[in-house]
Amino acid sequence: MLEALMTGNVLNLTRRSFLRVSATAASGLLVSLYLDLPSAAAQEGTAPKPKAYPPDAFVQIKPDGKILITVNRLEFGQGVYTSLPMLLADEMDADWSQVIAELAPAADVYKDPLFGIQMVGGSGSIAHSFQQYRELGAKTRAMLVAAAADQWKVAPDQCRTEASVVHGPSRQSAKYGDLAQAAAKQPVPATVQLKDPSQFRLVGKEVRRLDSRPKCDGSIKFGLDLDLPGMKTAVVAHPPVFGGRVKTFDDKAARDIEGIRDVFEIPLAKGTGVAVVADKFWTAKQGRDRLKVEWDLSAVKPADSAQLFAEYKELAHAPGNVAVNRGDEKAMDVIAASNRIVAEYEFPYLAHTPMEPLNTTLRFDGDRAEVWAGSQFQTVDQMAIAEVVGLKPDQVTFHTEMAGGGFGRRAVPDSHVQREAAVIAKRLRGTPVKLVWAREDDVQGGYYRPMHVHRVEIGIGEDGMPKAWRHVIVGQSLVAGTPFAAILIKNGVDETAVEGTADTKYAIPNFHVSAHHPQVNVPVLWWRSVGHTHNGFVMETLVDELATRAKIDPIAYRLKLLSPDAKKLRACLALLEEKSATWRNSVPRNHAVGIACHESFETGVACAVEVSIEDQRPRIHRATIAVDPGVAVNPLAIESQMQGGVGFGITQLMAKGGITLKDGRVVQRNFDGYTPPYIKDVPVAVDVYIVSSAERPSGCGEPPVPVISPAVVNALAKLTGKRYRSLPLASI
Amino acid sequence: METYNIIVNGLAKRVSVDPGTPLLWVLREELKMTGTKYGCGIAACGACTVHLGGVATRSCVVPISLLGSRPIVTIEAMADDPVGRAVQDEWVSLDVVQCGYCQSGQIMSAVALLKSVPKPTDKEIEESMGGNLCRCATYVRIRQAIKSASQRLKT
Repeated sequence: MLEALMTGNVLNLTRRSFLRVSATAASGLLVSLYLDLPSAAAQEGTAPKPKAYPPDAFVQIKPDGKILITVNRLEFGQGVYTSLPMLLADEMDADWSQVIAELAPAADVYKDPLFGIQMVGGSGSIAHSFQQYRELGAKTRAMLVAAAADQWKVAPDQCRTEASVVHGPSRQSAKYGDLAQAAAKQPVPATVQLKDPSQFRLVGKEVRRLDSRPKCDGSIKFGLDLDLPGMKTAVVAHPPVFGGRVKTFDDKAARDIEGIRDVFEIPLAKGTGVAVVADKFWTAKQGRDRLKVEWDLSAVKPADSAQLFAEYKELAHAPGNVAVNRGDEKAMDVIAASNRIVAEYEFPYLAHTPMEPLNTTLRFDGDRAEVWAGSQFQTVDQMAIAEVVGLKPDQVTFHTEMAGGGFGRRAVPDSHVQREAAVIAKRLRGTPVKLVWAREDDVQGGYYRPMHVHRVEIGIGEDGMPKAWRHVIVGQSLVAGTPFAAILIKNGVDETAVEGTADTKYAIPNFHVSAHHPQVNVPVLWWRSVGHTHNGFVMETLVDELATRAKIDPIAYRLKLLSPDAKKLRACLALLEEKSATWRNSVPRNHAVGIACHESFETGVACAVEVSIEDQRPRIHRATIAVDPGVAVNPLAIESQMQGGVGFGITQLMAKGGITLKDGRVVQRNFDGYTPPYIKDVPVAVDVYIVSSAERPSGCGEPPVPVISPAVVNALAKLTGKRYRSLPLASI
Repeated sequence: METYNIIVNGLAKRVSVDPGTPLLWVLREELKMTGTKYGCGIAACGACTVHLGGVATRSCVVPISLLGSRPIVTIEAMADDPVGRAVQDEWVSLDVVQCGYCQSGQIMSAVALLKSVPKPTDKEIEESMGGNLCRCATYVRIRQAIKSASQRLKT
């Protein structure tokens, strides 16, 4: 539950888990992982009651040899639907061509082993489930081997396994599918020997996605594609200013449309709205367009981007709550003004805009509810729905649907989409209803990467290296008022606002970072790579400026400034130098090269880009990426994430890559006003090189995002002589 | 409500809908063909791309009343189309997809391109694919897959 995350009392899988197996004629061997959480009864000294779990097998070996592997988190592009089964199948020596993945429903056993809730975030899927999935695979294999050894009256260690077959010492062999029933009767080994990396058959190989073909022929079903018998579709008219309330509404024109079933006011996470329920989405949206709603905005404070920037800049002139105070705070005072850089940065609100518009389907039957949602936060959303409909979380069956992107937008602490769906479904009792947030609802609906102002003063030493650094960050806290505040806000500083600066890998002797978190009436949320989106940009553009000023090569300067223990970034820069030196030294006239490196989520990334200016916009010809994610589980997937993450990061540089508010209203409505990168906006080629490593794996979903935008503007600076400190990049 | 006779993937279909209903929602909600995706509703993202009379078209802004007799071809028919199949195979071979939501539209645009320009240049790829948004930014591999499919079809 959330408390585990709030208190930092994370689950320890190795101590508190055990496997249970069962066999049925139809299903063969079912391997389940049970989390033995200390219950109230256990604490009182009585035996814990066996808990009824939903069907929660991690592995299911069918008699026909098909192996179903359950993925304990959402697949929304990052590739866990392939990479997690790879880990399990490798240790199990399963025939990969027989492996079928499936997304887990919400259940205790599928919680993230470290976070203690079922979720995708923090680039933690492989990092946290690497050991878990390998152990599951190894234990399953051990039981299959034990079953075969029993049959053949040989010792298990005389057997070997390959491609779903156990081979005995005298040329015996048995297929996993045939052994499944007998294996289910074997005791689960308490401990198991994991493979030496040299024995991996899948891990470390370029393995193609299991979900490609159905995503190429239109057959895959995303949450939005769900169609249940009797299902209705709902859309909601949201207030024009966050937190506004319905004063009155006239739904006559809406109800005149054939197929409109109901129109009613509903509570929202903040304020109220009007729900329109119809047989079809198109009808519901037409109905909403014809509503006449009068809003009460008297109690809400309208946010305004221009005004907020002015206020933020004012705040940035004084230190905020201290995040880091290293060395001598007064070191700056002895440095001459001519050896100082003062830089002020502006970052806008950013919307995530995953391609699949947000949606949730829900049916409430009085004593239970059933939900279908592409959620990054199953545990949180399940609890929220249960609360709204008046049930316990385990009375809410929660199916995880394939999601069309997310980037953080489906990991929402207040579960506002699910709550809206639950309110509507409760009224429609017995009827399944799909709530859809149209694209306009998404672009205008808040939950943005917060806007920020950074003010940085750098004192430069005789050697051209920074000697004193004062850094003030102003922006809303992502987690204030949520259950995550308890662990992520320390001394009044939201760690997610200063990450990438406060924990910089650069060794700056006198280093002072502080933050202000103003309260603003705009809902905010983590956006792929979170605080690193702006902190990476500030750090990497300033370090580049310092290198230019010192007339030192940007890669050499970074290596000089990095702390000795920044092993991953050092390795990345060295690999980048090796792989990009040739092309970097031969770019055409009017092209320039930009460099950036940044570590986030324990993964180091370094980047070189070749940029020119076309039609007053940056044209990015190529990029070379060097990444150090520890053990590379699936290099093909890592390359995808690097290429895609670079493209996602370019959102920040787009001419229309910002959300602005005027008098409390969001100016942009759709992709015409808020325009993420298209094919011509990203590099033509992105070459990815992975540092060879035996370190435990870290994540790859977010770490490429922070490097690209600073690398591009560092190149632009060479072409124009200007430093770019305000995003989106409006003019060059 | 009006009744319309349309041809989708070679099959005659009859639907009764409001004349203003966009083709996208006729496909998704009347014919239950959900391979064609809703992304923006204003022809700005390309997720809803179909071939209308052989031309790549954003189905979210074409009301059914304006279809006329033009045949409709969707992603569901691509596996049986030689160019469509080649494009899908290269998409799979190069592991193009990530979340996959935009890929029906990407593939429909790519197939239309290769049918009119069998050997497209980078510039022609950018022009034809320029309105198809991919938030996962799979663009690098999309470009490669179009070139590979072009090669495969030539031989």
